[in-house]
Amino acid sequence: MTQGSEANPRPMPKLVASCLTRAEHGMVVENESSQEVIDARNGIVEFLLINHPLDCPICDQAGECDLQNLSYDHGMEGTRYEEGRRVFDKIDIGPYVQLHMTRCILCYRCVYAAEQLTNERVHGVINRGDVSEISTYIQNAIDKDFSGNIIDVCPVGALTDKTYRFKQRVWFSKPFDAHRNCTKCSGKTVIWKKGDDIIRITARKNEFGEVEDFICNECRFEHRDLNDWTIEGPREMDKDSVITANKYELPVVSPAVNVDAKFVSE
Amino acid sequence: MQLTNKRKHMARKPMTFLERIYLPAIVKGMGITLSHLFKKKATIQYPEQKRPMSEVFRGLHILKRDDQGAERCTACGLCALACPAEAITMTAAERKPQDKHLYREEKYAEVYEINMLRCIFCGLCEEACPKAAIFLQNDKMAPASYEREDFIFGKDRLVEPFLLKKS
Repeated sequence: MTQGSEANPRPMPKLVASCLTRAEHGMVVENESSQEVIDARNGIVEFLLINHPLDCPICDQAGECDLQNLSYDHGMEGTRYEEGRRVFDKIDIGPYVQLHMTRCILCYRCVYAAEQLTNERVHGVINRGDVSEISTYIQNAIDKDFSGNIIDVCPVGALTDKTYRFKQRVWFSKPFDAHRNCTKCSGKTVIWKKGDDIIRITARKNEFGEVEDFICNECRFEHRDLNDWTIEGPREMDKDSVITANKYELPVVSPAVNVDAKFVSE
Repeated sequence: MQLTNKRKHMARKPMTFLERIYLPAIVKGMGITLSHLFKKKATIQYPEQKRPMSEVFRGLHILKRDDQGAERCTACGLCALACPAEAITMTAAERKPQDKHLYREEKYAEVYEINMLRCIFCGLCEEACPKAAIFLQNDKMAPASYEREDFIFGKDRLVEPFLLKKS
């Protein structure tokens, strides 16, 4: 912030968090134009990547991963970290959700989402500090309704869809907007097709990657038949996203034909 | 309509006596033919003889194994994404615990096919591979065949043969 407000034009001595700062009249904010901000972001991304494995070729989240995008913008080529990365034993948390604790960046989003959406949260963060992990208490299964939304809110590949596991890379599947009459949720989803098969169903996300309408587990996991869904049309993806690769979906501009105009030969 | 000034007007003259008996022209032509018998041949007997190839020649693909003999490919799909001819397709599968020595990562390519008729041997797959799994060999070319099916190379023909450990 280079100028606090019109009444008080002094700059802020340090960087401030945008989510906690109230906008003032005449405030001047420097975002990506300031090298200090970029350095701070690079540092944060480096910290996030300290314990994150280099799993992207295997990870199902690759291509729609927030951490991947962040490290693409701000990450370094190598790592300066010399100690070993955190490794966790795999635990089974039910038939729908696959947990890869080694990929988790401990953002707690799934915990907050489950707290607000499901009637009884069965997972949380256990242990503290370096060894804290997302887990269910004594290998409980996450099977509460609306619990599938923790897959969508997870910014990395720590929580992924077990029914979609290794089926297809994200950028080869084709997303379509679809809806169905659901008694429990809005029924507005994105279905991801491979040929004529539905291989995955997710909630719709807006341009900031936030889920628009949370969907129930029945919509997400049970209805894999195309007849269950009313397809609205292809999902519009961010043009920089890898999901648009190999799709050739550029709009066809139909040339306007002027019927009355006479053809003039030279 | 005249576009250039290069056109020549040729007058057709009647043939002379020597031209009319044809024999000198035949002798001249045979002389050229026979002289070629003693010149260096432009062709080689291909399958037996081979021309020296460039170090960076891009020929038939190979899916490499690591030094433990496990397959490097993890079916990440980046080669198929990079492929401008869309020659590569693959299906991924999860590694079973007893197959740990066969595949390096948790995920492996169950089916990996390259259509050699589509492939243009540009080497972009090699460049895209994050696991150093696919390479284009500089000493082998895709063999010829009469059947189209023979050009779809599966894992049986692409994966590097398993070498016994030297001990």
